Amino acid sequence: MAYTVVADGIRKSYGGRAVLDGVDLAIEQGSVFALLGPNGAGKTTMVRILATLVAPDAGTAVIAGCDLLGDPVGVKGAISLTGQYAAIDDLLTGRENLEMMARLRHLPRRAVRSRVDDLLAEFDLADARDRRVKTYSGGMRRRLDLAASMVKRPDLAFLDEPTTGLDPRSREQLWGTVRRLVDEGVTVLLTTQYLEEADQLADTVALLTAGRIVAQGTPDELKSSLGAEVARLHFADPAGYGAALGHLESAHWEGARAEVARADEALRIIDVATDGSAAQVHALLGRLAAAGAPAARVSTRRPSLDDVFMSLTAGDAPSAPQPRSEIAR
Amino acid sequence: MSLVYAVTDSRVMVARCLRRSLRDPEAFFTALMLPIVLMLLFVYVFGGALNTGGSYVDYVVPGLIVLCAGFGAGTTAVSLATDMTNGIVDRFRSMPISGPSILIGQIAASLARNLIATALVIGVGLGIGWRPTTSGPRWLAAVGMIILFIFALSWLAAAVGLLAGGPEAANSFTFVLMFIPYVSTAFVPARTMPTALRGFAEHQPFTPIIETMRGLWMGQTSTGVALGHEAWVAIAYCLGILAVSFAGASWLFRHRTAA
Repeated sequence: MAYTVVADGIRKSYGGRAVLDGVDLAIEQGSVFALLGPNGAGKTTMVRILATLVAPDAGTAVIAGCDLLGDPVGVKGAISLTGQYAAIDDLLTGRENLEMMARLRHLPRRAVRSRVDDLLAEFDLADARDRRVKTYSGGMRRRLDLAASMVKRPDLAFLDEPTTGLDPRSREQLWGTVRRLVDEGVTVLLTTQYLEEADQLADTVALLTAGRIVAQGTPDELKSSLGAEVARLHFADPAGYGAALGHLESAHWEGARAEVARADEALRIIDVATDGSAAQVHALLGRLAAAGAPAARVSTRRPSLDDVFMSLTAGDAPSAPQPRSEIAR
Repeated sequence: MSLVYAVTDSRVMVARCLRRSLRDPEAFFTALMLPIVLMLLFVYVFGGALNTGGSYVDYVVPGLIVLCAGFGAGTTAVSLATDMTNGIVDRFRSMPISGPSILIGQIAASLARNLIATALVIGVGLGIGWRPTTSGPRWLAAVGMIILFIFALSWLAAAVGLLAGGPEAANSFTFVLMFIPYVSTAFVPARTMPTALRGFAEHQPFTPIIETMRGLWMGQTSTGVALGHEAWVAIAYCLGILAVSFAGASWLFRHRTAA
């Protein structure tokens, strides 16, 4: 299999704080790779490093056959960057923005006009082409931002939180656009805080927390790492919730501790990973009742990426006694 | 990267910055109104009470040119600081284009804006009775002085715009540049000021620049220093500011975007 990105041991610190603490990535050609993580996990720093904007403190990467540090101009020629804050010129019209990008990509003068017209049509912006971008809606800005990245089809497109702040309809439209790019053979590195987005678009998902990749796989692989079904237990009062959580997290659970995927004190809910069998859920409820902390209600569902995310990043909550990242060091 | 691409990239960037200048109606309107309003204010409101030993409009034109250039430089600093923070420079830097073209675009637009403002000051001045007593070559020399000054100030503005954390911080530069000329010979001769201020006014960079223009246009300086001497000091100041700002801006541009 050919890889468009191979990054090895990328590190970056700002002011003594490690933002990226040795990140390895391998992205297959033509696939969508989602870098998923909470705010401050280092997603944008990783993108900025791979997009040649920031030099890593340590580590190497090869992008589309070009060495990141040895041949940055080659890398720049193979990539396109679509930012979290759509980096297009507000005071120019949509058409002027694309013409500017086409000239900067050194398209022949004759080809600029027709390429820009094609892009405006393809990204559904033909009607708005002579309006200043300032008057565009959020969805239109993102579409123009993407169109600007596609002036010359890149080998690798960085989409840094492409749908942050968009309404659900614009978000789905943008997802459609991204799928079309993939059909054209573009490899995509997507960063997102939205698990649904990674689930919808990505072939491979990597969870980035506190500068390290803590899990990686296809969305299905990650979900099945939490068992077949998640049982959500609701408790009537805080005392019952506290007792149940203490019991579930204690070491005396028939040899194997129950995996608490998520616990929310305010909502008094605890999510527990199970194999989906009636017997196991029955046993779970029985143990809690016997311990004097019976669940008031229970529901089960297939795990979502949300659950994986919650269970892996739970250790980073300030109240948690043993942050996972501490163990990893 | 070939020279041809560097030229193409610079042309695209210059076109972008000029377009932006024309399309920011608020800033554009202010930039055009400022020379006119200041000229009328100084000549007709303050000028009657100020004794500069002749017609006040004959005295004040070089000072207003410098003041408007200060405002123009502030615009340049804010414009570059905005580009640096809103993500568009990141996008440009992720493309295989000539890095300096981004700065060249801003400097060229800055020169164009400031030369238009200067032309307005001169035009309005001539319209309300400014009568330079000079010859053709001296006019050309005065214009050369203005261009050198604006060029140096534009690079200083670029360095400040890169140094500032954002547009708001860069904007305070406008404030500074619009006040320093008041403590120079721009609006009144320095000899009327208290000793301490006078020392500053006579030796700060704006004064020799203003006096060079004044001497070239009106035949004599207001400081009593010979025109030739003022001119060399002015040129040295401009070249010094230019050299330091150019080096600083180039370093900051590489550093800020690569950090």
